[in-house]
Amino acid sequence: MSDPISQRQIAVEIDSATKIFESETSSVTALDNVSLKIRENEFFTLLGPSGCGKTTLLRLIAGFEHPTSGRIRLYQEDITFLPPYTRPVNTVFQNYALFPHMTVRQNVSFGLEMLKRPKGEIEKTVDEVLNLVRMEELGDRQTSDISGGQQQRVALARALAPKPKVLLLDESLSALDYKLRQDMQIELKRLQHETGITFVFVTHDQEEALTMSDRMAVINEGRVLQVGTPSEIYNFPTERFVAEFIGDSNFLEGQITEQNETHVRVQFSPASAVELPSGQTLLSAKKVTVAVRPEQATLTSATEQATLQGVVKSMVYFGTHTHYVVELDSGDEFTVHLQNIRGHELHYENGSRIGVMLDPAAMQILKD
Amino acid sequence: MLVAKNRNREFSVRYLPGFSSMAILCFVLLYAPIVALVIYSFNSGTNIALWEGFSLQWYVVAWENELVQEVTFRSLIVASIASVTATTLATMAALGTTRTRNYRGQMVIYAVINQPLMVPEIVTGVALLIFFAIIKAATGYHGLTYLVAAHTAFCIPFAYMPIRARLEGMDGILETAAQDLYATPVQTLRRITLPLLWPGILAGLMLAFVISLDDVVITELVKSAGQDTLPTYMLGQLRRGITPEVNAISSALLGVSVLLVSIFFILRTR
Amino acid sequence: MSNSAAEVRSSNRGLHEHSEVARRKKEVRNNLLLCTPALIVLILAAAGPLLIVLIYTFLKAGPYGGVIWEWSWDGWFQVFLKKDIFDDTVSIADAHISIFWRSVKLSVQSTLTALILGFPTAYFIATRSPNTRNLWLFLITIPFWTNLLIRTFAIMQVIRDQGIINTLLINFGFIETPIEMLYTEFSIMLGMAYVYLPLMVLPLYASIEKLDFRLIEAAYDLYATRIFVLWRIIIPLVKPGIIAGSILVFIPSLGAYVTPRVLGGGKNLMLGNLIELQFGQGRNWPLGAALSITLLVIVMVSLLVYVQNLQRKSD
Ligand SMILES: Nc1ncnc2c1ncn2[C@@H]1O[C@H](COP(=O)(O)OP(=O)(O)OP(=O)(O)O)[C@@H](O)[C@H]1O
Ligand SMILES: [Mg+2]
Repeated sequence: MSDPISQRQIAVEIDSATKIFESETSSVTALDNVSLKIRENEFFTLLGPSGCGKTTLLRLIAGFEHPTSGRIRLYQEDITFLPPYTRPVNTVFQNYALFPHMTVRQNVSFGLEMLKRPKGEIEKTVDEVLNLVRMEELGDRQTSDISGGQQQRVALARALAPKPKVLLLDESLSALDYKLRQDMQIELKRLQHETGITFVFVTHDQEEALTMSDRMAVINEGRVLQVGTPSEIYNFPTERFVAEFIGDSNFLEGQITEQNETHVRVQFSPASAVELPSGQTLLSAKKVTVAVRPEQATLTSATEQATLQGVVKSMVYFGTHTHYVVELDSGDEFTVHLQNIRGHELHYENGSRIGVMLDPAAMQILKD
Repeated sequence: MLVAKNRNREFSVRYLPGFSSMAILCFVLLYAPIVALVIYSFNSGTNIALWEGFSLQWYVVAWENELVQEVTFRSLIVASIASVTATTLATMAALGTTRTRNYRGQMVIYAVINQPLMVPEIVTGVALLIFFAIIKAATGYHGLTYLVAAHTAFCIPFAYMPIRARLEGMDGILETAAQDLYATPVQTLRRITLPLLWPGILAGLMLAFVISLDDVVITELVKSAGQDTLPTYMLGQLRRGITPEVNAISSALLGVSVLLVSIFFILRTR
Repeated sequence: MSNSAAEVRSSNRGLHEHSEVARRKKEVRNNLLLCTPALIVLILAAAGPLLIVLIYTFLKAGPYGGVIWEWSWDGWFQVFLKKDIFDDTVSIADAHISIFWRSVKLSVQSTLTALILGFPTAYFIATRSPNTRNLWLFLITIPFWTNLLIRTFAIMQVIRDQGIINTLLINFGFIETPIEMLYTEFSIMLGMAYVYLPLMVLPLYASIEKLDFRLIEAAYDLYATRIFVLWRIIIPLVKPGIIAGSILVFIPSLGAYVTPRVLGGGKNLMLGNLIELQFGQGRNWPLGAALSITLLVIVMVSLLVYVQNLQRKSD
């Protein structure tokens, strides 16, 4: 499993999928021309705000919905219109959807029974899977008699037992409390590692997405905005929405005054400009927005050396960091997080004049 | 002063003078006649107003009356077939009308299913009398099927109610989960939907059985000669006044109804 | 991953492509298919025959029951009018008028009786603690699901000349000869109020249960008396329940057959008995059919009021 992800086979391919929900009164475009390639044994996360279409995308892969246009492929095979019970794909539902009239064991063996596996094999697999989620003790309990976290594990075991090619998880952790949720995050990573199954994980929690994913897709209003590893998404957001949704960002409006193979010059005001390494994107527009993470900028009292100048408006101490809000001369606000290193604490008074220093390598030009 | 009147009673916004006594009186009025009827069915005398001692003799008399045996048997046959058929059809109809996207014609279906509840029984009875008379004239068949068909029809809405209520309270995600776990639609129905719906179906069956067993008006109009059920037989006996024997039969029938309806209530709250 | 689910199901794999519209059509077709058997039984053995009743109102009565297939207005004509057999003079059918009048009068009276008994009962149940409330509701509904004929018998035994009430009254020396209650209009009225009481209590309970008692607290806070609160706050607020309960008692009372037959002793006919009579000794099916349709129309109009009342409540 040390092979780079980019060389693995493509497990799931979403090819220009559009899903429109029509009713007599309205028409909702839940997914708008979505294309994605999810590779084998990848922990792939779909991240986006509520109502952006994450669940719809999962339901297309599982077969509970069919796209209005576009294709879904599983290992190159077109499964767009196959009914859910013929797809080697299993789902862990948000509220678990455990069958209330069956015991834990009966829930876990359900899929195997439907696949008409021999009895002995079913017993063996169920034992294995219950072991895997550490629920071997509670097999004969009724599903209503176990805790939320245990129900979560049973739901996982049930979906893993048929050894699906792809496991879909729809906000599977959001019903758990904070501590349990952190345990389950680790557990999920372990399970994915041990089973070698491709996980497609849905969440609207950016922290969860960043910590767990091999790669992730940021979705908004039915469109995939950016796909990449967590650090690519965090460090090189291509759109304002991505930069805003994941972490904090400052946005600076500027004009491109020069552009060649090595660098792009962005002018913020007659007095301030930066030169960024080019090659990120070739830009046609003159006006651009540049994103800067608050921890990537520093402050200096030597204002003439800095790119931007302003006045300290507020200062909040957070222990590891101190957050400063600077009111720039342009009138915009700019946030800077300064790390507090013992012996090297910097301190700037409210109202004092200050310079903001920017590192060109940590600035990102956004497409609009 | 205002407060002075109720000094001894803790003030409650919910209290209204006389309401509780009136309610208790109402419950007494509701149950007293029934309880009296049951008690006097154990009376050893022939006078149903004078208590002469405990005895089961009227139950024995009723039990040994061949006519009573015959009509009881017929009532049970009709109620069994009608309630099972009605419950089956109502279950299918509930599956076809609940948890679906609204479709055209759904309102018409509701109206037809609930129609027996809206039209007075005497009118339905008359309509069936006329309709079956035409068929009887055309086919010459005078069997029990007419009665069974009529009972099945008016039992459908009663069976439909609890089944539909149960189905509406069921989360569709469970069926989705089953399909995700390779269950075909038929397997999903058999392994998930029906087992979860079962209490509703049983409740519907109980209700349908009681409704069929108790019916007087439609049966009275639809039955051919010699097709009395227990209730129409009892109605016919009335010409001779209420005999202790009728009392005993009534009490027995009452017992069966109360039992089945209690089961219905228990199932419904499960 | 040699055991992957994909291989097992691979034989099932046929690519069925259908548009959303086609899928939805199939779903609707399946739903209709599921409803069809129930609908067939109901149309054959409940709804459909009503149309035949309508046709029969326009036919000639057969001499021994049944009809002669000839157009005639006689059925409708005879609902309110009668023709003298000897001189063909037309006069009002006063027997029918009085039966109509009795039906309406007794239904209204029984509705009011049920309301007077049912309102405090519903209020009582609604103000119990949630645990005991279901028990009280169960006690109210149990009689409703038991045989109507038997409950009518039960009432009959209580009010007979040798019944419990008269026996007690005579034994305690209040009266010497029994009070005649059975086989009077009063007994029918009482019987109907008795058998349909649960239909009054349940909708009343549903509205009283939703009553916002903070409003009543506010009224008491402003020095209202109990009577004032009842008349001017509670009753106006639960009016939809009162209307619903009243209609639910009124409708079956109007079409009652068993209760007037058992408790009226054949003397005090109501509409239901008049209809049945036309198919029995009366042998006038077209008239019976016309009376049935008349009853049906009255009931439907009442139901319409009921439904509109429900809708207004939900607004
Ligand atoms: N069956 C449906 N009929 C009509 N509209 C639907 C249906 N399912 C989803 N939608 C709409 O499609 C859009 C996307 O819904 P979806 O459930 O995929 O969002 P989501 O990203 O999962 O949101 P959340 O985080 O709240 O679960 C929403 O606007 C939703 O209202
Ligand atoms: Mg969702």
